[in-house]
Amino acid sequence: MKTTILAFGIAKEIFGGSKKELELKDGITVRELKNELESFFPAIKKLHTYLIAVNDDCAEDDLILGANDEIAIIPPVSGG
Amino acid sequence: MIDLKISDEPLDAAACIAKATEAECGGVAVFIGTVRNKTKERRVVRLEYECYMSMALKEMKKIADDAIGLWKIKNILIYHRTGILHIGETAVIIAVNAPHREAAFDACRYAIDTLKKTVPIWKKEVFEDGEEWVSAHA
Repeated sequence: MKTTILAFGIAKEIFGGSKKELELKDGITVRELKNELESFFPAIKKLHTYLIAVNDDCAEDDLILGANDEIAIIPPVSGG
Repeated sequence: MIDLKISDEPLDAAACIAKATEAECGGVAVFIGTVRNKTKERRVVRLEYECYMSMALKEMKKIADDAIGLWKIKNILIYHRTGILHIGETAVIIAVNAPHREAAFDACRYAIDTLKKTVPIWKKEVFEDGEEWVSAHA
């Protein structure tokens, strides 16, 4: 399935833009997506931590992603 | 009342306090976060904030709902800036209105502490000699 991953903060710099289109296998889990992202963009592994948000909520690693989900990579937040 | 906003417009503390306060609640606790001029002795030129708007508002709503559930407060306002902020400018305002001061103080502290942990807003510190996304690396 074709997916767009949104990126913010330092993740935007790692991606080279605010979104990245990726072709992912159907039924991919959040954990598998993280592995794919880390192999495409090794700099992600250097982050203190990061998480994947799906439809505006933090996603567990075993969540299965669907074609219509809004997916974002959330590096460590630093508001305030 | 819950009042949440994320905007690139300057924040007006007096207007926020007025919006959050009503006559039957005598206590207003306010936290105002402003841009410091240095971090660990490095001189800061400006901060650049960005957010994931839909998720940030959702997380701010959770904070406000939780604060109202945990303490006897009536109104909570959480406003956050985005965009480029210079030294001394206001980045965040939290105003909590309650019948009594303890609840107002406690809920206000809870709101800013939680915002810094959970709301998807990011700031880049721009120094005289470089720049850095805050907290990105350990």
